[in-house]
Amino acid sequence: MWRVFHKLGSPKWFFGIASRLMPWLLAAGLCLLLAGLVWGLLFAPADFRQGDSYRIIFIHVPTAMLAQSVYIMMAVAGVVTLVWRMKLADVFVRSVAPVGLALTFLALFTGAVWGKPTWGTWWVWDARLTSMLVLLFLYAGAVALAKAIEDEKLAARAVAILVVVGVINIPIIKYSVEWWNTLHQPATFKLTEKPTMPAEMWMPLLLSVLGLYLLFGWLACLRMQTAILLRERRTRWVREWIEPVTR
Amino acid sequence: MSHPLLQVSGLACERGDRLLFADLSLSVAPGTLLRVEGPNGAGKTTLLRILSGLHDFYDGDVRWCGEPVRRVRDHFLRNLLYLGHRPGIKPRLTPMENLRSLVSGANVGDERLEWALDEVGLLPFAHTLCDRLSAGQQRRVALARLYLSDHALWILDEAFTAIDRDGVAALESLLAARARAGGAIILTTHHPLALADVTTLTLTGAEQELAS
Amino acid sequence: MTAMAPRPRFIAADTPLPLGRAMVAIFARDVRAGLRQRQDLLNPVVFFVMVVALFPLGVSPESGFLRQAGPGILWVAALLSTLLSLDHLFRHDHDQGVLDQMLLQPQPLYLLVLAKVSAHWMLTGLPLVLISPLLGLMLQLEGNSLWALCLTLLLGTPVLSFIGAIGAALTLGLRSAGVLLSLLVIPLYIPVLIFGTGTVMSLSEGLPVSGHFALLGAMLVLAVLLAPLAVAGALRISVSNG
Repeated sequence: MWRVFHKLGSPKWFFGIASRLMPWLLAAGLCLLLAGLVWGLLFAPADFRQGDSYRIIFIHVPTAMLAQSVYIMMAVAGVVTLVWRMKLADVFVRSVAPVGLALTFLALFTGAVWGKPTWGTWWVWDARLTSMLVLLFLYAGAVALAKAIEDEKLAARAVAILVVVGVINIPIIKYSVEWWNTLHQPATFKLTEKPTMPAEMWMPLLLSVLGLYLLFGWLACLRMQTAILLRERRTRWVREWIEPVTR
Repeated sequence: MSHPLLQVSGLACERGDRLLFADLSLSVAPGTLLRVEGPNGAGKTTLLRILSGLHDFYDGDVRWCGEPVRRVRDHFLRNLLYLGHRPGIKPRLTPMENLRSLVSGANVGDERLEWALDEVGLLPFAHTLCDRLSAGQQRRVALARLYLSDHALWILDEAFTAIDRDGVAALESLLAARARAGGAIILTTHHPLALADVTTLTLTGAEQELAS
Repeated sequence: MTAMAPRPRFIAADTPLPLGRAMVAIFARDVRAGLRQRQDLLNPVVFFVMVVALFPLGVSPESGFLRQAGPGILWVAALLSTLLSLDHLFRHDHDQGVLDQMLLQPQPLYLLVLAKVSAHWMLTGLPLVLISPLLGLMLQLEGNSLWALCLTLLLGTPVLSFIGAIGAALTLGLRSAGVLLSLLVIPLYIPVLIFGTGTVMSLSEGLPVSGHFALLGAMLVLAVLLAPLAVAGALRISVSNG
């Protein structure tokens, strides 16, 4: 058991596995995402209240879901970094933080675009939007801290602490923002009570969610590989790997 | 053959982009006086901070009394006195107050503190705020702890900085007496040391290749 | 080594560590040194007063507006001045090497951090709480609202100090520490801010607020118990860095 765990933590081992996995992740992710988007944007029925504008959910919902999951994944990897000092975990945290930041921004942006026809305004201080905004700040903090500390190992550990603290706070933040929302606004327009979706709507949504997750897996592998090459550049296996490529 | 207090093997440390040292080994037994030498930037301070447990990012094995130091941290810290190149005293407190808070773990009365301050020649300034004292006097406040210490290992980073010639002489005899009594001392200094039985470790600071 | 190498006297691992005494020593040392540093002591209070004074000038001196916005203004101002004071929570100690000595004390770092942050709150947070009734009066808060506000600040400012200490420890010794610190800490401050002002607003609308106070109290307990863990971990990293 321990040996398996340690092997999992070995950057060299991961590098090999990732190289073999990545083409599959990329192919499957692209196929699913394209299928979901084409189905959702072109063939799914229009919403009886919002018309065609609702179709942005096929982009908005996957990015928002993934943005939140990535933070949780980072926190799990952060705990592994802090407790077991596993190299791979801290490479993961540092590699995916900018991806999470971009996804959160995309989710907020598509949310605002969706808000314009739905609510008549780009931004509403709705509980969900506000929580996502806070998530954007949390990601921005993690990315900025990682950039500010020069030494890679120190940066990884510092970011791990920050992310773990952040993930403990996320439920508290969510709860407080929802409470704040009910305190300030009568709940007239709320996103939470969605009408039940017909299968022609949620099936393409499911496909694009799955597709985006797989694509994220591919991107995470790619970024981690780059980070590993940089970090292990002095070791023999990296030199041997690089030689035929640069020659 | 006495058991080494501190034993280091295969130690490697990288700072930022630079490899400071790799595969460094050393062993410190009771009564040893180890002097770490090397040009500026060779990693002397980093090595001392690793040995004292302040710098936690290294590869290799550091053992205290035969046990990995991370596992026996409690016992290790109880027996360690580290003086860094920054004096470690608060400028808005008097030498007496600083000393009192620094030895708060041990049961030391005020008379002992005054005696220690007298040993380093600071008794007349015992109740002057430290930011009114000179750099050398501030360092002497930190050095006064040596007179109160019963720690098995001393790690002294540039302990002689800003100390005058008489002060250096007094310190040298303190260190010699300490080593004779069975204390282990690791130190860096740019001063020539008039001490017998000094082991020297030289760090070159040259970049080496890390084995995989 | 010669055969007659002397043996060292070890301090045994089982001699009891004076935990309480070490905590009190750090607390007393920091408070004493802080009281002698008048400038640092006054800065957060002055900043607090200035920020509060800007709102009637910048938005409206009309008493209806002030009464409604007052709790929020005071809370935001308290939050910002706590943020301002966090900068020298560890920095001076770090520069002087005092922090190194704290990390090398055999007592658990968790407890020492607890003592240190408490001392920092005494010097920077408590003065804000003490002056808040006066500023509340200037913002037309009266009676129950005023006292409720002070109570929320009394419960909330230590939370700000403890959470802020995590950010201060993480950014210690970095070049862009100031901006980075606010980026790290402000998102974590949001729940405290919401419940701090929300409590006073609920009270003025005649809603029951004992539950809100309980929530603030729970946050305080959580922050005091958990934050020092993160601070201790972060300090070890920052001290390794320099």
